[in-house]
Amino acid sequence: MQKLAYKKIAVFGGVYNNYLALEALVKDAKNRGVEKLYCLGDLGAFGPNPDKVFPILLENNIEVVQGNYDNSIGNDLSDCQCGYTDPQDNYFAQISYDYTFANTSAEFKSYQKRLPKKIRIELGGKQVLLCHGSPRQTNEFLWESATPNHFLEKLFQNHESDIILTTHTGIHWQRQLSDDKLFANIGVIGRPENDGETHVWYALLTENGNIGIEFIPLEYDSKNLASEMKEENLPQEFIDTVLTGWWTTCLEILPVKERVRGKY
Amino acid sequence: MSLESLKAHDSTWEIIAAEIPKYKPKFDDIPSAPLHSLDTLWFQVGGTICNLWCTHCFISCSPKNHKFGFMPREEVMKHLEESKEIGVKEYYFTGGEPFMNRDMLGILEDTLAIGPATVLTNGILIPERVAKRLKAISENSIYSLEIRVSIDGFTEETNDKIRGEGSFRKAMAGVKNLVENGFLPIITVAQTWEDSETERIFNGFKKTLTEVGYNRPRIKMIPPLRIGREKVRSHGYDKYEYITKEMMVDYDDHLLQCTTGRMVTDKGVYVCPILIDSPEAKVSDTLAESFEPYPLKHQACYTCYISGAICHNFSASEN
Ligand code: SF4
Ligand code: SF4
Ligand SMILES: [Fe+2]
Repeated sequence: MQKLAYKKIAVFGGVYNNYLALEALVKDAKNRGVEKLYCLGDLGAFGPNPDKVFPILLENNIEVVQGNYDNSIGNDLSDCQCGYTDPQDNYFAQISYDYTFANTSAEFKSYQKRLPKKIRIELGGKQVLLCHGSPRQTNEFLWESATPNHFLEKLFQNHESDIILTTHTGIHWQRQLSDDKLFANIGVIGRPENDGETHVWYALLTENGNIGIEFIPLEYDSKNLASEMKEENLPQEFIDTVLTGWWTTCLEILPVKERVRGKY
Repeated sequence: MSLESLKAHDSTWEIIAAEIPKYKPKFDDIPSAPLHSLDTLWFQVGGTICNLWCTHCFISCSPKNHKFGFMPREEVMKHLEESKEIGVKEYYFTGGEPFMNRDMLGILEDTLAIGPATVLTNGILIPERVAKRLKAISENSIYSLEIRVSIDGFTEETNDKIRGEGSFRKAMAGVKNLVENGFLPIITVAQTWEDSETERIFNGFKKTLTEVGYNRPRIKMIPPLRIGREKVRSHGYDKYEYITKEMMVDYDDHLLQCTTGRMVTDKGVYVCPILIDSPEAKVSDTLAESFEPYPLKHQACYTCYISGAICHNFSASEN
């Protein structure tokens, strides 16, 4: 257990090769006085040139939890273990995966292989559990409209902590539970949230007597990312998402409330 | 077998149950499925009573089949309370036809107050009035209410051959009412065709659904379970179609519904939604006692094994 003297940390997930968003995040967080950065995993997927993410992680001392993607890339698996079940969704997921796998250096792969599945920190006297999908399963989807309070309370019982932070779904939300427990899915910085906005999201945790989570919308050079994706011959469907903020693929996994808010 | 000859029997299941299987795996070669965690709680809320008489129904539901009855709201409520302690993640309601149960809307209201719910329906009993009530229940909750409507062909002719005369028109009217009230119903199609036909049929559904105003249809295709009436309609299992211990090595058993779910009926708790016709599949009276591992000795288990969690909203389809 790391006892943290930090007062302000930033937590983000799902980089998805989006090194431009990661650069923007580092800058934005520093401007806000953030002392330490944590990433909840899924470094690859979706975007262009996976290796560009690696130096940014190292230079900024970012601690990273292993996502399903990182586990696959690090262990030479044949797919991303994203947990999609629709054939069309899997078709697009496989394109990203094959591209990312082929373009990730051996060094970055072995880094991903060695990442921990969970990180526990203490912040302002609170136990914070950092994981990818859920504390019990790396590729579990925890959507706001499909996750009951009593289910979360059970997670807190089984994985003792005061705050649990996850990612993996791509849409952020948080819920205050009884006994002062706080759960949050902190979203992803790799692609926008299916709301017609091009920005992405990350979370600030600030210690000020109690701990609050604030979600920060993050602008980055999405046009530049899109043109780089084009150069790399990535699917137009992905590029459209970056430019419009609407998801075009991997939609079948969304519960109806989240799906209805989107365009497709 | 024709629909007429099926109707001649009161319960097809009884005929099938009387058949002695030609082959049984050796007792010690049957693997057991542990319940990892009770995430998915099913309710046989409509019993085996249905306003349709589909030729492929794997639990032989019909207007006459009262083997399992409707579950009253208070009974469901009792299990919902118990499920909170257990930490259940999601609730599924099936039958028979759930909307034949007069308590159904109340049950959904109770459920949506604590978690996400999915109803498996044939869509026939969803007039505008019901769709509006469902919309209100959904809007009152932070959780998702999923409606899954079974339709087995994208034309009146192909669907009604399986699901009965007039069923296509009525189900499509239900879909239209749901869509007009903000739902994106999951159209569930039991695969009764050769794999090579799947793409054509998928596109046919897309077109038909767009015509009633459903512009971004969610379509889920599932393999038929060759038990109940379906055993008579097509063919049953071959004698070697069982799961063996060897087959479970390196197999992700989360794909089997019985490792993360249980089925509550008016006659007690069953291991999964598929086997309620099999008396051995009753595991207990209360949820708390339903956690024992279950031996995968049924031939339907073979379909689960091959096709993955076929009952779940977000599970593998075959194409
Ligand atoms: S398949 Fe569904 S709609 Fe058809 S008879 Fe069985 S329960 Fe009723
Ligand atoms: S039919 Fe499927 S879900 Fe039911 S016990 Fe067999 S394997 Fe498990
Ligand atoms: Fe992930």
